[in-house]
Amino acid sequence: MISCIETADVSKNYDGTRSLDGVNLRAAAKQTTSIVGINGAGKTTLLKIIAGLDAPSSGAVFVDGREVNQETLRTHCTMIFQRCVMLGGTVYDNVAYGLRLNRASSQDIPENVSSALALVNLDGFEKRKARKLSSGEQQRVAIARALALERDVLMADEPTANLDPANAMIIERALKESAGSRAVLISTHNLAQARRLSDRVIHIYRGRVVEEAETSRFFANPTDERTRLFIEGELQF
Amino acid sequence: MDPIIEGVIRAVDLILVGDPEVLTITALSLFVSGSATLLASVWSIPISVALALRRFRGKRIAKGLFNALIAFPTVALGLFLYLLLSRSGPLGYLQLLYTPWGIMAGQSVLVTPIVVSFSTSALESVDPELRSLARTLGASDMQTYAVIIKEASWGVLLAVIAAFNRAFAELGVAMMLGGNIRNLTRVLTTSIALETTRGDIALSIALTIILLAIAMSLSIAINLARKSAP
Repeated sequence: MISCIETADVSKNYDGTRSLDGVNLRAAAKQTTSIVGINGAGKTTLLKIIAGLDAPSSGAVFVDGREVNQETLRTHCTMIFQRCVMLGGTVYDNVAYGLRLNRASSQDIPENVSSALALVNLDGFEKRKARKLSSGEQQRVAIARALALERDVLMADEPTANLDPANAMIIERALKESAGSRAVLISTHNLAQARRLSDRVIHIYRGRVVEEAETSRFFANPTDERTRLFIEGELQF
Repeated sequence: MDPIIEGVIRAVDLILVGDPEVLTITALSLFVSGSATLLASVWSIPISVALALRRFRGKRIAKGLFNALIAFPTVALGLFLYLLLSRSGPLGYLQLLYTPWGIMAGQSVLVTPIVVSFSTSALESVDPELRSLARTLGASDMQTYAVIIKEASWGVLLAVIAAFNRAFAELGVAMMLGGNIRNLTRVLTTSIALETTRGDIALSIALTIILLAIAMSLSIAINLARKSAP
């Protein structure tokens, strides 16, 4: 297991617009780090770069102090997307897909799938058609699919956006439990969720990190004026 | 009796008794067009994967070209391929002219733009997040393409069926490269053209019914299977 993943001066330009500007971030194992910010602040872009799904325009990502490329990042990280995508087939097929890609033993796959589904209260859902499930259940399948891989870093992009409280609670609990054995990075604009789940909180504003602190300090005593306004719901877009 | 009605009655009779000539012509048509479609799919599907999923210079031009080639007249293509395959042409040494293999080669060229364009559309319609999902679960480039092709499989299959129907129902290439030689290169469309000009309307109608029945039942079967699929 790795001990930390870091970004160093990561910037990203899209069609002449700077989405990220010199971001330095550190996520440690067995900790949950929330990245908060208004829509379009660059949270998803940052997660995609750390997950190895997108390349930075400049800067680098380090694992345990060693600079790594996108391919290596993908062996350490997995990501849950805001709009979850289900593969055709059953819930079992969805959760087993990643395990098969990672050459899990065919004897172990059924047990791994069941264990992952149990973490998100979907015991017995193996034979259900994934695309016929509700959006909350689909998001829980997506989390089980990611957790089954047992990667060092789990990233979740707005994992409970648009979900009912019951599904959101199950997902939050699964994320909290998963942090016991890996680094968890959550992107959210739900401050209450960030407060409940995180050990550290990072505020991104217009592609820059403007505040980073331990959770209680972040909410009780923000040093940046934009963070204070964001917490109070008064930050202008 | 009306010659058309008379033709239909005789046509049904020819089909029901299993007229050997009708069966031979139908079997050859299925073999030639089916093989041509499969052959075209071998190169067209990888081309459509590249057009849909990879970034490269000239991609838009290539897609536009394949779309435009769908409307390429079969007679013009037949003439072009005839010149290539004729004894004095650059590919004359292959001795494909007036053989079923010649028709097969011509039809495979004819349907390539159909498989490429329709498959590209099907692949492009797959949720783009699926690519990120596969990658974040550890898929390599090839495994990512595989999962996208699987998601688009019905669309790709429909492209292949559309291509088969095009090959099965075309006349220009089969006539110019096959020569409509009895028991050798005579397929449904060339037979229909010949029998109509010879005045054997009943045989023409019988062959037309078979042509339509095969083409339509294949499309209907695929659509029904697609609806009942998960």
